[in-house]
Amino acid sequence: MITRREFLQAGMAASAIVGASGLGNWSRLAAQQALTQDQLLQFDDFGNLTLIHITDIHAQLKPVWFREPEWNIGVGEAKGRPPHVVGRAFQEMFGIAPGSPEAYALTHEDFAALGKTYGRMGGMDRVATVVKAIRAARPDSILLDGGDTWQGSYTSLMTKGQDCVNVMNALGVEAMTSHWEWTYGTGRVKEIVETQLNFPFLGANIFDVEWDEPAFEPYRIFEKAGLRIAVIGQAFPYMPIANPGWMFPEYSFGIREERMQEVVDEVRAAGVDLVVCLSHNGFDVDRKMAGRVKGIDVILSGHTHDAVPEPILVGDTILIASGSHGKFVSRVDLDVRDGRMMGFRHKLIPIFSDVIAPDPDMAALIDAERAPFRAELEEKIGTTESLLYRRGNFQGTWDDLICDAIRNERDAQIALSPGVRWGASLLPGDAITREDIHNVTSMTYGACYRTEMTGETLKTILEDVADNIFNPDPYYQQGGDMVRVGGMAFTCDVSQPIGSRIGAMTLTDTGEAIDAAKTYTVAGWASVNEGTEGPQIWDVVEAHVRKLGTVSLSPNTSVSVTGL
Amino acid sequence: MRISRRDAIRVGLGGMAALALPGAGMAATVEELTAAFTGGATAGEGGITLTAPEIAENGNTVPVEVNAPGATAIMLLATGNPEPAVATFTFGPAAGSQRAATRIRLAKTQDVIAMAKMADGSIVQASATIKVTIGGCGG
Repeated sequence: MITRREFLQAGMAASAIVGASGLGNWSRLAAQQALTQDQLLQFDDFGNLTLIHITDIHAQLKPVWFREPEWNIGVGEAKGRPPHVVGRAFQEMFGIAPGSPEAYALTHEDFAALGKTYGRMGGMDRVATVVKAIRAARPDSILLDGGDTWQGSYTSLMTKGQDCVNVMNALGVEAMTSHWEWTYGTGRVKEIVETQLNFPFLGANIFDVEWDEPAFEPYRIFEKAGLRIAVIGQAFPYMPIANPGWMFPEYSFGIREERMQEVVDEVRAAGVDLVVCLSHNGFDVDRKMAGRVKGIDVILSGHTHDAVPEPILVGDTILIASGSHGKFVSRVDLDVRDGRMMGFRHKLIPIFSDVIAPDPDMAALIDAERAPFRAELEEKIGTTESLLYRRGNFQGTWDDLICDAIRNERDAQIALSPGVRWGASLLPGDAITREDIHNVTSMTYGACYRTEMTGETLKTILEDVADNIFNPDPYYQQGGDMVRVGGMAFTCDVSQPIGSRIGAMTLTDTGEAIDAAKTYTVAGWASVNEGTEGPQIWDVVEAHVRKLGTVSLSPNTSVSVTGL
Repeated sequence: MRISRRDAIRVGLGGMAALALPGAGMAATVEELTAAFTGGATAGEGGITLTAPEIAENGNTVPVEVNAPGATAIMLLATGNPEPAVATFTFGPAAGSQRAATRIRLAKTQDVIAMAKMADGSIVQASATIKVTIGGCGG
């Protein structure tokens, strides 16, 4: 049914950028001369329908640095398979030359040096240029947003997501699904969905808690190119567990595999030609679901922020993962005939912000959204000499800085910082502005609490979070990274079951072993408990950075990982 | 970090156990309940569907549903609870379907087992692992 050759021809080979075989020694000018917008957009049209996928933008309207993970450990069947391949191994698997634009976009290697060469990525004005170009070539296309769109920046927090809603409406998104959207609370979500959005907010797995009945539009059927295409939404399954359930107590989520099958059967019975699942499950959950739910042609996968340069095939289903923070747009051309997907061609288009021209209308809209906050956004708080990043299964340097801030400002022995996968990077030498601090902390439940915990409770927390990442069954993975710690060291054997992964917990200040029965002062942020008290985390970080002036972090060796 | 719920569950169970002690004595074990329900017959697979969340959104009220067409009785067990017996549903000849849905309280991560007795006395069973987590760090 699907010709594998088609997609191999269309993978990174088609996107290969002429002359991109250097070793990262190029001057910025030379690199940018070698890259052109036409090359990035080059695509041999295929079939009769195009899907355009963006996901996990996290409110990043302007171009950012975003370092891909150095650690993305796969367990069970996912071990060693994309997206659980990083760095040089990733480059070898997909035939990417070290130091090339693709290497910079897709892996962490030489990130600071390559960042200076190739520039920031993303920006919704650049994304708008790409979307317009694809639509011009392919009028029969559908633009779909996988969610995690309204949260992650200073302006989105101040406007309760309104800036992103305005941008997505202007971009012409045709359907979305959700995750962090819900952290604005039920009232705000309903207000936006009912009075603001120009497109449906899909979630077949969002149920009313009281009656256990579907509560949101599960799918939308689009008519394009004489075809009927069902787009089914799948919201983040672990909403009330990973985020504060008290903010949206009316709703229940879950994978609800049987519900997905039921909805697929329903649209198939209605005679659609193609079934697309717009998912916020996370990649491993989607890969498992693709093997168990029958009748989905394409899963547009979001949540785990993976950028995979080729579609992954599971039976007759293709999985597309389009990265995060606006770094990529996926174009998927499909040949749909006789009610079947006969073939596809795909390109993960990297949004090099210095190469792709901003769309003037979108650029003006974004500037207008930011204008009221400009002075606050641009205020310089300090400078960094270190590369600051978060993404990765364990400790990022941004989190090291945040944990230092928490321990210093809140006078705690141990700091905890959530293993969220969002947060832009900064290069050595960059100013740290208020906007930059918000890009790694902005949320509606950012209070920095201070409390006491026993050693036993700390162990329980670490084991619990580790199992959400390293449980070999993807349906038990919530898709975040490991909780970050400050003031404490531990070991993690990822091959063990819950209760046996975490060991050698010690206080880094003294080297003293953490005693299960003893009590420690602990401070952290992003508690899902209602009524959590404390200063906002961005104010804590700002106060700390101001005192430092210049941030310079030493390498963090407090976590040691085994069982790989 | 959410720790209060688990603590609350622990406190709650402590209270329950204290109340239960002066009563009839020890809770029946999974083995005892199974033997009583099956009469010693070996349980087969298929013909029974247990629908439950992989991870409980709230361990105090977890929705589960069992569907076993043709069953005369369905028993639900929470193997990790101090009192594993959840419910036994019986279906008369006039029952339009043999399906039961309820919400159960789970003390910790555990397997929930559903067993159905068919009209011919044969037994089928299905189980699901439901995780009860402190959560709070995903994203």
